Amino acid sequence: MSTEKIIHGRSAGFFPEFSRRPGNNHTNMHYCPGCGHGILHKLIAEAIEDLEIKDRTVLISPVGCSVFAYYYFDCFGISVPHGRAPAVGTGLVRSNPDDIVISYQGDGDLGAIGFNEFIQTANRGENMAVFFVNNAIYGMTGGQMAPTTLPGQKTVTCPLGRSVTNEGYPLKVSEMVSALDSPVYVERVALSSGKNILRARAAVRKALNNVIEKKGFSMVEFLSGCPVNLKMNASQVNEFIDERMCKYFPLGVFKDIADTRDSIKRSSGVYAPEAVRKVLYPQYSSSSVSRDFQNPSPFFAKERRLKVAGFGGQGVLSFGHMLATMGKLRNFNVSYLPVYGPEMRGGTASCSVVVSRKKIASPVVDRDCNLLVVLNDESLEKFLPELKPTGVLIFDSSNVHVSRLRRTQIAYCVNASDLARELGDLRYANSILMGALAKLMDDFFLQETDKADFERVVEEAIRECFADKSEVIRKNINAFYLGKQAASRWNAPSDGQ
Amino acid sequence: MQNNNRNLLLSGNEAVVYGALLAGCDSFFGYPITPASEIAHTAAAKFPELGRVFIQAESEISAINMVMGASAAGRRTMTASSGLGISLKQEAVSYLAGAQLPCVIVDVMRGGPGLGNIGPEQADYNQVVKGGGHGSYRCIVLAPDSAQEMCDMAFLAFDLAEKYATPVYILTDGVIGQMKESVLLPEPLPPREIPENALDIGRKRSNYFTSIYLEPDELEAHNVHLQKKYSSIQLKEERSEGYLLDDAEIVLVAYGICGRLACNAVDDLRHYGIKAGVLRPLTLFPFPVRACRLAAEHAKRFLSVELSCGQMIDDVKLAIDCSRPVGLINRMGGNMLSVEEIVERTGQFL
Ligand SMILES: Cc1ncc(C[n+]2csc(CCOP(=O)(O)OP(=O)(O)O)c2C)c(N)n1
Ligand code: SF4
Ligand SMILES: [Mg+2]
Repeated sequence: MSTEKIIHGRSAGFFPEFSRRPGNNHTNMHYCPGCGHGILHKLIAEAIEDLEIKDRTVLISPVGCSVFAYYYFDCFGISVPHGRAPAVGTGLVRSNPDDIVISYQGDGDLGAIGFNEFIQTANRGENMAVFFVNNAIYGMTGGQMAPTTLPGQKTVTCPLGRSVTNEGYPLKVSEMVSALDSPVYVERVALSSGKNILRARAAVRKALNNVIEKKGFSMVEFLSGCPVNLKMNASQVNEFIDERMCKYFPLGVFKDIADTRDSIKRSSGVYAPEAVRKVLYPQYSSSSVSRDFQNPSPFFAKERRLKVAGFGGQGVLSFGHMLATMGKLRNFNVSYLPVYGPEMRGGTASCSVVVSRKKIASPVVDRDCNLLVVLNDESLEKFLPELKPTGVLIFDSSNVHVSRLRRTQIAYCVNASDLARELGDLRYANSILMGALAKLMDDFFLQETDKADFERVVEEAIRECFADKSEVIRKNINAFYLGKQAASRWNAPSDGQ
Repeated sequence: MQNNNRNLLLSGNEAVVYGALLAGCDSFFGYPITPASEIAHTAAAKFPELGRVFIQAESEISAINMVMGASAAGRRTMTASSGLGISLKQEAVSYLAGAQLPCVIVDVMRGGPGLGNIGPEQADYNQVVKGGGHGSYRCIVLAPDSAQEMCDMAFLAFDLAEKYATPVYILTDGVIGQMKESVLLPEPLPPREIPENALDIGRKRSNYFTSIYLEPDELEAHNVHLQKKYSSIQLKEERSEGYLLDDAEIVLVAYGICGRLACNAVDDLRHYGIKAGVLRPLTLFPFPVRACRLAAEHAKRFLSVELSCGQMIDDVKLAIDCSRPVGLINRMGGNMLSVEEIVERTGQFL
């Protein structure tokens, strides 16, 4: 069977005329005579027609001689970057699981630049058919070595013949992909003799049937001729395929387990506004105040910039998060910026929290800090200079040793870590320290009504932060009140600054 | 208490996923990278909860190519990454621009070049704003400066992507990505129609997407068409915000986290009696050229405030045709500018 003959009896899977093709010639394909691509195109077009899947087939054109495959097939088409067809196919078939996605790829496209996309897509078991044209050469770019070029075969980039010590052995794609658990069908066929082409025809249909039945990933490898770059005529090419390629790349079925697999079922997207709100909007608010509530104490009239610092693992970030949550629950604008990255591992952790009635400009607290909470000595040393002259310090007196402050600065402390250990878990240190803050706020900054509200908002924030872990919530609330009782003002000889 | 409370404490990275889902995004394809990973974490949790598609791809290359497939299927789709990963995506972004396929790409910038570090930088400006990949193309680039804008701009990004059939970036930095703020969630959009040109059942099977035009005249015509589109984007979509800009003699141009720092710096400068203001681009392509020219009418000097070697500064100079001196206030390497430093260095320019 010659290629010319095949092209002539045009299948209804092809366009009646190749109108996507530029120029004047809208009737012939652009492939060289005797090229395997032409034969395979015909097999695929017939199968698409016979299986009645024209209206839902997307043929992905790779980069290679078949880059213009979308000229010919009477179905959806897309041309994609070199080697990436299986990834594009993944996006297509996940978007519409009823699509029949065909990833048509050459040996350079699939075996070299795009091997990762190919093997990972196979391994995800995406519901698609990969038709892999192994012609042992880079056809389109002028006959360079392919990953499947045979040992000793001369190409323009291995002019002395492929050397297995320099370029390695040819890539056995069918063998490799069939070693994976996910793919359901892997076969290698040859586009050479009439008998082989009939075998190839059946393989195309089998792969497409698997896709129709949503069985997952199928791949057929087609040993194929490139007469131009092999500098051979049609019959020499057939001989090359049958005698030389088949020796290295044995034909046959490597895997066929579609029968043992259930059809893939994918969920369909939920878009009804009510359902979307239900998932994305918080269903419960722990806030006990209305949207227009404002704490009356004058303390809250100004933007307040807070910093929390300590060892990574001391709960520094959750303390900051708690402060921000409290602000949010009382209708403030808040920002919470954790120091992220390497500093978090082992070393110092810190975070900035800004609470304001106005729009917050800089979320970074690195000066004019109103409230500094420190959980270790290093943090005290590092961040005390950032505390405003009128600022407030809260510290864990189990770990932190304060020797002096400005006369205008106030400090409150509690032996939070020790108390937390007594409660059975160091993680309660946070809530204990929050107690110290509450006491300080009571003593200096809050009006009567806000004093009770501060306790309430701490409880609400604890609830919000620990969601439905009721035991954890209860213990943290207890720790908070314990801390508030145990906390005291730190008095020291001021250095009189 | 049952209430439809829409106020959440979200990081910028979380907020952009909420925004995308409310805007009807169908699929997310990503690959982990700090400081953008929380986008993938949030997407992994929320997309499947709404029956939508989440895939952790094997690389940024695969992720953006999956986006290409989903976009060709007519769906709203997105990916997210940072510097290095964006570099890997560039080939496909060029294909997307060439084939006129819409999508949204979030870039939460970190320090570079190379592996750099994970601190905040703004040094992807050139690769994102100027095209980045091969060929003459531009992507629309939005520059949020808060968690709220990360959420809101997801809506705008999908709208613009579809209106102009082109990829749209949401370009921000590690600080905005990591910082949590209160976010008022918008209302979800009603379900959307699959567009006519989609590769999708029920659409014309002659539909196809390509970016290859072998004939030079054809490819030139395609390029001319693209350039016309970019001109019209420049004309219609410039967006910016001013802070104390109306009488400003010193104009600080800054986006993302720097825009916020600059506002505080301007407050301090005004305190010293210096008429300073902030011009914050909300779109980087199109760069807010008209706003810059307007500001130049009373400005004596412009200062580009950025976390890079000075990349946006070129656009500032071009926007005002170098009619005023343009200085640079910057840090690199993942270091933050402080408000004090901006004030101090502005002072040095006076
Ligand atoms: C990123 C990229 N690198 C290189 C190329 C150039 N290129 C085009 S086709 C091709 C090889 C195609 O060979 P193969 O996949 O075997 O297809 P064939 O033409 O043999 O069918 C190459 C290297 C490209 N288009 N894109
Ligand atoms: S170069 Fe080879 S692979 Fe390409 S069309 Fe010609 S024969 Fe076919
Ligand atoms: Mg080849």
